[in-house]
Amino acid sequence: MTDDRPDPDVLLRRVNAEAARAGRGKLRIFFGFAPGVGKTYRMLQVARELATHHKRDVLLGIVETHRRAETMALTDGLETLPRKPIAYRGHLLDEFDLDAALARKPEIVLVDELAHTNAPGSRHTKRWQDVGELLDAGIDVLTTMNVQHVESLNDVISQITGIQVRETVPDQVLDRADAVELVDISPEELLDRLREGKVYVPEQAKRAVEHFFMRGNLLALRELALRRTAQHVDEDVQEYRAQHGVSVTWPAGERILVCVGPAPSSGRLIRAAARMAAGLRCPWAAVYVEGLGLHTSSERLEAHLRLVESLGGEVTRLAGARIAETILSYARRRNVTRIIIGKPTHPRVRDRMRGSLLDAVVRGSGEIDVHVISGDAGDDAVQSRPTNAGDRSSGVGYVTATALVGAMVLLGLALRALGDLPDLEMLFLLAVMVAAVWLGRGPSLLTAALSVACYDFFFVPPFYTFSVSDRRYVLTFTMMFGVGLLLSELASRLKRQERNAVAREERTAVLYSLSRDLGATSDPISIATTAARHAAEIFAARAVVLQLAADGELRSLGASPPDATLELKDLTVAKWAATHAELAGLGTHTLPGSVSICAPLQIASVLGVLVLLPHSAAAHTVEQRAFLDVFCRQLAAALERVRLAADARVSALRAKTEEMRSSLLSAVSHDLRTPLASITGAATSLRDDHALSEGTRAELVEAICDEAARLERLVSNLLDMTRLQSGAVTLKQDWVPLDEIIGSALTRTEERLGERAIRIELSPELPLLFVDPVLFEQVFVNLLENAAKYTAPGTPLELYATCKPQRISIELVDHGPGLPEGDEEKLFEKFYRGPNSGVPGAGLGLAICRAIMEAHGGTIRALRKPDAGAAFEIQLPIAAEPPSVEGAVP
Amino acid sequence: MSQAGNLVLVVDDEPQMRKFIRASLESHGYKISEAATVKSALAQVASGKPDLILLDLGLPDGDGIELTRQLREWSEVPIIVISARGREADKVEALDAGARDYLTKPFGVNELLARMRVALRHAQAVTAASAQPIFEAGELRVDFVRREVQRAGVTLHLTPMEYKLLSLLVRHAGQALTHRKILSELWGPGHTTQTHYVRVQMAELRKKIEADPARPKLLITEPGVGYRLRDSI
Repeated sequence: MTDDRPDPDVLLRRVNAEAARAGRGKLRIFFGFAPGVGKTYRMLQVARELATHHKRDVLLGIVETHRRAETMALTDGLETLPRKPIAYRGHLLDEFDLDAALARKPEIVLVDELAHTNAPGSRHTKRWQDVGELLDAGIDVLTTMNVQHVESLNDVISQITGIQVRETVPDQVLDRADAVELVDISPEELLDRLREGKVYVPEQAKRAVEHFFMRGNLLALRELALRRTAQHVDEDVQEYRAQHGVSVTWPAGERILVCVGPAPSSGRLIRAAARMAAGLRCPWAAVYVEGLGLHTSSERLEAHLRLVESLGGEVTRLAGARIAETILSYARRRNVTRIIIGKPTHPRVRDRMRGSLLDAVVRGSGEIDVHVISGDAGDDAVQSRPTNAGDRSSGVGYVTATALVGAMVLLGLALRALGDLPDLEMLFLLAVMVAAVWLGRGPSLLTAALSVACYDFFFVPPFYTFSVSDRRYVLTFTMMFGVGLLLSELASRLKRQERNAVAREERTAVLYSLSRDLGATSDPISIATTAARHAAEIFAARAVVLQLAADGELRSLGASPPDATLELKDLTVAKWAATHAELAGLGTHTLPGSVSICAPLQIASVLGVLVLLPHSAAAHTVEQRAFLDVFCRQLAAALERVRLAADARVSALRAKTEEMRSSLLSAVSHDLRTPLASITGAATSLRDDHALSEGTRAELVEAICDEAARLERLVSNLLDMTRLQSGAVTLKQDWVPLDEIIGSALTRTEERLGERAIRIELSPELPLLFVDPVLFEQVFVNLLENAAKYTAPGTPLELYATCKPQRISIELVDHGPGLPEGDEEKLFEKFYRGPNSGVPGAGLGLAICRAIMEAHGGTIRALRKPDAGAAFEIQLPIAAEPPSVEGAVP
Repeated sequence: MSQAGNLVLVVDDEPQMRKFIRASLESHGYKISEAATVKSALAQVASGKPDLILLDLGLPDGDGIELTRQLREWSEVPIIVISARGREADKVEALDAGARDYLTKPFGVNELLARMRVALRHAQAVTAASAQPIFEAGELRVDFVRREVQRAGVTLHLTPMEYKLLSLLVRHAGQALTHRKILSELWGPGHTTQTHYVRVQMAELRKKIEADPARPKLLITEPGVGYRLRDSI
């Protein structure tokens, strides 16, 4: 995005957004800076007005009046949707009944508290997702939310107020709202209302709330709310300008990249990046490098990456040993202008030992700006907690380590008994090495410590005490421990590297074999079957590939095992995934309670759904999730490829038909009208002119018959040509003797040929031809008719048929004026008329001949004969061994 | 053997077509009744007992081929099918379903009259159960009593198969015979797909009975349908 032309992706997105918006309901958000500002009250006022003055069909989907008389009075006379009771851990929770609202399908529905988290077991985890579905169904929604629920402002607000808000709404929801109405009162007024008990406060949250409702907090929140609303207004203006062709400077240059990891501080970085991107109006992406550092805590990383997506960023996972280089090369490739990276929170010592990522990024960043942002106060504890998930850190490792050292002690004692051997410390070094390589870091450190202790106790004089007589041994101990430490670090690093490499290798191999198998297929069913087989293997699940048909139904295209079927509830999840183009089912945001994972197959539009029914209910890991994403993209691409190929065939045929139709029209207008004019003229003379002589009458009648016959030939030719071109003709091939075909053609052209001498020489070796007798005869009829038209009556014709290796050659030679030079090929074009245009015709006869010959795998060409007129040569390959005619004589 | 006075049922949904046929046939002494639909055609065959039916295959309320099949269940009235060029499969199906002959649109009135004459003559011959012992067309003369075939006065030597084929053609002289019909008559119902048997035999027969086998005048190929032996030249 270095030039300032509008990005085609952006244009496309805008077009899509508009198309989507056409059928979509309108979202109006009543936005406040704190609870108690009167959002619900204002929303109800607006709803009443819409219902009474504008006669709109308004439904109260869910409205929290908190039993306040003023608010409840406003709901009078408006239809209220009954709440849906959901049992959860012995409590009965009242939830918004999404299905009932969709079934009722009002024009406008009120859904209070957009940030609400639904009770477990509901379709969506969040209420804003319910609202999304209502909008998709074309229902307008009025809703309320507070500024602290805006995802990107979440951490800023928790810094201001000291209260962590768990319920958040992605910024995109707010950005896509058609109207955001700020409900504003002064903080003083709000505090008054709080004192008067007009603000609903749950009993258990009293203390927290008191802290929240401090004047300073409220002022800050109010400012944020105003700014956020203003930003929305600004976006509206921008959009309007863009839509109406007002030239707008699109800040195409900027692109932000944020480096994220599993550390909790990454959440803050992500929000900061999203805010910055919103401010700069530029795209942003998050990158996670699967490096060789501390092993990742998957759950949290996944949460971060989900956060990126929900804030509208793009997620990329990279792999590389040198994190900084990987990030920078990716950033350069994507024309990133700003990199956001976390402030290091670990001790400086670590950087000295391992090198600092921040330092490396900053040094290598060149023209890219690097923004360094701090983490939360609580980060260090979490970040420094080692999560050696990959090490064999179970008790077994430590026991083995102890046993190992014990064994070395025994061995050492035995060796000493045999004689005084020097350098017994080498035994313990061996133990440390073994532990480092096979047991992981913890046990190897234990081994190192135990080895030092045991060596000292058993083998350093004075024996069986920890005291050391010789200073020299202190160095030995230090070396021993140091070597242990170093080895264990190296070994565990190697192991991680190996594990990552193996995992990547596996994924690459799987993807390679998938793409190879998919590449070899050419129809949707075999693609689906192949993909289902791979998916079943990779994800340890039963897999079904569903195709989204034109009527919106999902049909099974392939499954593995082939008899795998879906239950109705899995289909419901799949349907949701297809309509919303989002991952749904087990371990996702939507319908997390189901047993299946449904991933949409999407390129530009959703083509289908991949349904996985995992063998064990264990949720899929992040890596698998990412892999599923890649898998689905590849499958979707394969399906799209086949679909596009089919489309291309159809449109090529359509284009050809179109071209055909236009030349047809121009030809038809002249060639059809001429005989019609003659017929009309002759017929009206016969009807109206009673003074005509008998001879003239006979002439006119003859003219009508001739012209009608000509018209018939023309129409037949046009029909034949159209049928041949449109692919509507299928050859009905049969074994036919050539003489029968020629004989029949001559009979049909008998009248037009008149008294011409026709010399026919058919080689006696001619086999039966495998041709469509009707069409093949048409070739000769057309050639003979041409000869009759373009040569003088009475000139002779010659027809030769000879048998050549692998083919039969038939030649029709006339003794007319011959062909103009250079016309030999043009003659076969549709509607081409030779210079002898005094002769009537549409210029289709030879084009039809060529089409028929091509359909038979043969050729036809025109030749100029110096000693005669024109010649037409037909070549037909001898297809197969002709059938035996033994049976012809029973 | 006058055929005037015969009742002809014209089944066609085109009023212009019915008008043209009525005008041409009435002036040759035929009586005409008309039907535009399958339903009315069935009713008229039942009530009017026509001597011949001219049937257009494309009718608004049904299929002419199906009508032919239905009629064949209880009536032997000769049917001549009228259909457009390019619909050879329909013609074959109609002939195999029991139609006597076919005409390709557009056709001239002479062609129509000739086909009707042949159809009526065959129908009467069947009822009179009196096949002609001698058949003559052009230079060809077939004497069934003496099993002798002559061309221009010269006796021809036909193989038994050729003779059987020629007899079949003569019995249906002037009418189209489908490949299937010929195959099942001569080779038995098990051989109805080996059409090349017929073609090879036909070529052999042509070499004997035609003056110029390359330009046949008697044994005419009906493209995509079968053959027709002309009953006069």
